[in-house]
Amino acid sequence: MFFKFSRNLNKSLSLLVIFLATPLLNADWFALNMTRGITDISNEVFELHMLIFWICVAIGALVFAVMFYSMWAHTKKKNPVPAKFHENHKLEIAWTIIPFLILIAMAIPASKTLVKIYDDEAGDINIQVTGYQWKWQYRYLEDDVSFFSNLSTDLDEIYNLVPKGENYLQEVDEMVVIPAGKKVRFLITANDVIHSWWMPAFAIKQDAIPGFVNTAWTVVDTPGIYRGKCTELCGKNHGFMPIVVKVVEQDEYDLWVDNKRQEAIKLAELTTKDWSTEELMERGQTVYEVNCVACHQTEGQGIAGIFPALVGSEIALYDKERHIEILMEGVQGAAMNSFDYLSEVELAAVITYSRQAWGNAEKGDGEIVVPKEIVDYKEPKI
Amino acid sequence: MSAVIENHHDDHHHGPAKGITRWLYTTNHKDIGTLYLWFSFAMFLIGGAMAMIIRAELFQPGMQIVEPEFYNQMITLHGLIMIFGGVMPAFVGLANWLVPMQIGAPDMALPRMNNLSFWILPFAFFILLSSLFMEGGAPNFGWTFYAPLSTTYAPPSVTFFIFSVHIMGASSIMGSINVVVTIMNMRAPGVTLMKMPLFVWSWLITAYLLIAVMPVLAGAVTMMLMDIHFGTSFFNAAGGGDPVLFQHIFWFFGHPEVYIMILPAFGIVSHIIETFSRKQLFGYSSMVWAMLSIAILSFVVWAHHMFTVGLPLAAEIFFMWATMLIAVPTGVKVFNWVATMFRGSITFETPMLFAISFVVLFTIGGLSGLMLAIVPADFQYHDTYFVVAHFHYVLVPGAIFSIMAAVYYWIPKWTGNMYDERLGKLHFWLSFIGVNVAFFPQHFIGLAGMPRRYPDYALQFADWNMVSSVGAFLFGFSQLLFLFIVLKTVMGGKKATAQVWEGAKGLEWSVESPAPYHTFTTPPELDWTPSKAD
Repeated sequence: MFFKFSRNLNKSLSLLVIFLATPLLNADWFALNMTRGITDISNEVFELHMLIFWICVAIGALVFAVMFYSMWAHTKKKNPVPAKFHENHKLEIAWTIIPFLILIAMAIPASKTLVKIYDDEAGDINIQVTGYQWKWQYRYLEDDVSFFSNLSTDLDEIYNLVPKGENYLQEVDEMVVIPAGKKVRFLITANDVIHSWWMPAFAIKQDAIPGFVNTAWTVVDTPGIYRGKCTELCGKNHGFMPIVVKVVEQDEYDLWVDNKRQEAIKLAELTTKDWSTEELMERGQTVYEVNCVACHQTEGQGIAGIFPALVGSEIALYDKERHIEILMEGVQGAAMNSFDYLSEVELAAVITYSRQAWGNAEKGDGEIVVPKEIVDYKEPKI
Repeated sequence: MSAVIENHHDDHHHGPAKGITRWLYTTNHKDIGTLYLWFSFAMFLIGGAMAMIIRAELFQPGMQIVEPEFYNQMITLHGLIMIFGGVMPAFVGLANWLVPMQIGAPDMALPRMNNLSFWILPFAFFILLSSLFMEGGAPNFGWTFYAPLSTTYAPPSVTFFIFSVHIMGASSIMGSINVVVTIMNMRAPGVTLMKMPLFVWSWLITAYLLIAVMPVLAGAVTMMLMDIHFGTSFFNAAGGGDPVLFQHIFWFFGHPEVYIMILPAFGIVSHIIETFSRKQLFGYSSMVWAMLSIAILSFVVWAHHMFTVGLPLAAEIFFMWATMLIAVPTGVKVFNWVATMFRGSITFETPMLFAISFVVLFTIGGLSGLMLAIVPADFQYHDTYFVVAHFHYVLVPGAIFSIMAAVYYWIPKWTGNMYDERLGKLHFWLSFIGVNVAFFPQHFIGLAGMPRRYPDYALQFADWNMVSSVGAFLFGFSQLLFLFIVLKTVMGGKKATAQVWEGAKGLEWSVESPAPYHTFTTPPELDWTPSKAD
């Protein structure tokens, strides 16, 4: 019998059970299933998931019941002389045809739901979603609003130096805001590698692929904050570029759009302002920490072999023109992409910062870059 | 040809050479089978150690043990090593040992190529593993190495990875050509195709799959090489290339590849269930046809790995239906195994325990695969831990349990010694509990919304990740017991008879244990047929 063990084995197995039981007892026994989501489509997907799940459970239960019955009733002890049969055409035809019919019964509703999901008509609001290593950019095509959304969880939380907050790794500095009850279409693409935009509550998962624009749409009736994640391996910070969507009523949405526009105008005015080195440094550090630190690291030391160091780099020390050019155009064939989507102020500030910080100012020419120079760079060259 | 072989090898005292050269120069199928098996076991332990690092990091939320860059290297190497170093060479090793003996052939058809196809493998994995110590680190783009993460954005070691994959591919292609030629030409008189043991059938089909798809993989990595070093833009959108093309090519290889890792398991499990049920296998010919249908279908379902890349509606529906269709032949196989056990006379030796749990747990993995085929639901499952749970269920208690079952089943034939049944059962139970505790909760984690390939996760996933890690450690460390059992059996133990198992049928059980260095130098007389005799 397969249960027969010596006493020693029994003892070690019971120790094992105790060892396993501790985390099992603490586990959350209610967080076992897919969530229903909040849209009509996500509900339909959930129903479909439960339908297939129960069909699979039934098939499994049936097969395993017969099997376990044999293991109990047809042991050598109980049934010393085995039966002789080794085929049964009727049975074999039945267990080919019946599963086939069950499959069709599953595939039809699945196909129907899929047809509903595949609707690429324009929405009331159209948002271009662009994946970057490792953040998302959202451009509202009608409302002329555009911003980046970065993880806002503190590094200290990630490295266990301070307690983790409630929305650990699921919080961003700027949420996507959409109005309730409107059809919102997402046009999803990527700037560098492939990412994937997943919002479980809407049952949307679409890959963001450079050179392609995928579409997905949703209508959300319930205002609230919904959290999703990047689901295609996109490099080292793949796990650290969450998605947060805030659904609000229409009037609140209009207010938000107005605010975003005002912010953009203020930012544009900054370009013509006179900047001191200190002001540029302060702003540059913020830009650096959001956009550059993942590869070039906190002290500008980079990572040997993959991401070049900025400390003591020839370009950061002496070659201001090339420095601007690299940020504007990227480096062909390397992980360094163009950052021309940053504002002139941000670009000037971050270039200044990396020419001044970590002792670079003392070692090199220490030149700063003002927003005007970025504007000049962008002017068509004759 | 056969006359030459007889002249040289009829002498039964002619044994293996002594020392290291025996293993370096050997053209003997049993020696090469042993080399493959030990090699795959070594890779299994290395890939397993990486899995332990992964699960240790995921034990709790937060970054504790490794950095995200290194974590990505671990998941990449874990996948590549387990697939190309663990499972595939183990099956090739079993094919080397068993195919000639099961069809009554004296050796593999192309023995020198057999030696070459093994001995290039250690170099391939040396190159791959050495990338861990290179500047920029090892490949970090996942075992699926999607471009452009694996081209423009890859560490410099990607070139070594490409070379290593080329060598593995060459080894696999040579190995499969050898299997096909052996089976097609060297069956003893009377062993017709439809009388071949199912393990032989499963390997014949697997070998054809390998020959069909390994060149596709070689093509994919060559295009990567061109993109990285020679200025082409196959997969670079900025140069007019197509990153999705990479995925089509990769999965055209990748899907048959997953069946390459399960078909031989089907063969093994059929033999073991038949033996320990003491009853003839139910539905032999439907087993063969089911394997053939699965193999053919495997070429028209690749895009079910790509439901979220934005395929047109018609393609999504086609690939959904085609994928679901695979459940039919797979179901037939499971039903046949159960029907074989039904009204048999069953005993539960270690190989049978592994085989039975193969059927149960592989079926669970198959059913979750069916769920994944449903496109709208897949939008929620895709690239989450639900997928990780699914493919680990078909690969660990699927492919790997079948390999362990095979080792316990045939090791008395290989070594002449019985393994320690008590320890074998202990190993089974530890592995069985470990595997389920490790992978079953991953279904929950995935459904709750944790994406795969995440080095750190939100707090709601913490509990089940901890459970999963505990199970993984249990499974991982239990394999050291397996190593011990195998070594103990090689060194000694109760002597095995030629028959070994009461219910065993097939030509390999007609030679003494341990199997002589050369078997069937003259074709055996068949007074019964290997798979159909009562």
